[in-house]
Amino acid sequence: MAAEEAAAMTPSNEPVRYMERTRLYYRALGYEQDYVWAHYADVPFVRPAKPLAECRIALVTTASPLTAVRDDGSVAKQVWSGSVSPPPERLFTDNVAWDKESTHTRDRESFLPIETASLLAREGRFASLAVHFHGVPTEYSQRKTLTEDAPQVLSRLRADGADAAILCPL
Amino acid sequence: MSLVARTLEAAGLPTVIIGSALDIVEHCGVPRFVFTDFPLGNPCGPPDRRDVQRAVVELALGLLSGAEKPRTMVRAPFDWHDPEWRGRYGRLDPAERERLRQLGDQRRARVADRKSRYGM
Repeated sequence: MAAEEAAAMTPSNEPVRYMERTRLYYRALGYEQDYVWAHYADVPFVRPAKPLAECRIALVTTASPLTAVRDDGSVAKQVWSGSVSPPPERLFTDNVAWDKESTHTRDRESFLPIETASLLAREGRFASLAVHFHGVPTEYSQRKTLTEDAPQVLSRLRADGADAAILCPL
Repeated sequence: MSLVARTLEAAGLPTVIIGSALDIVEHCGVPRFVFTDFPLGNPCGPPDRRDVQRAVVELALGLLSGAEKPRTMVRAPFDWHDPEWRGRYGRLDPAERERLRQLGDQRRARVADRKSRYGM
């Protein structure tokens, strides 16, 4: 185990092995069963139906609105939507796993690039940014994501007439 | 988020993920992926680096229009300013074992309490 942990922790120029680190961390917390990440052999794929210059594109995040925090400090986990104009200055990210030692999330553009995407749309790289961005919580339950949250996001994207989506998980 | 991408794509809506957890996204399998090798939290670029953020979104747009098959991945050509960041996330300090075990006990108690109050 010690060698396994050492290998998982060794800094290098290789991409971080998050699944391995997460397994070891939760074992250290006393969880007896490892999380099983989703894994599929087949991947769906569809090309945009029209050129990018004619596409309305939407943004999707795993962050929550500041209002999601309950009085007891817990955070409501549900699909939500926000306006891109004006964009929210700040979002709530403390309930999501990210590297709180190495960086911060005070610049919303670093994880939900509304202004950058708006600028690229104005320059004609694509037709327009959808009027709403959408938030989808990171759930332990893959069943909930697949049967409740993802269909809800799809429905909201369609309501906005989005032709494609850029998904930015923290 | 990989599961959301798969659901949208299967319903006919093209997607691209911008993210930093390469192993998790590839393990799941997604249509298009811009890999940014940054600490988790800033998938679209370091805070206040509009130049990098713009380049990353442009890579995503390029994949939306140009990818020809699923599992198409591009790695953004940017390095995080501090090369030591990879060693920090989720590290296990042997001296912390007892504290982590207690933290786990607290979490389990909190989750049980929340389930009893909110049913989730």
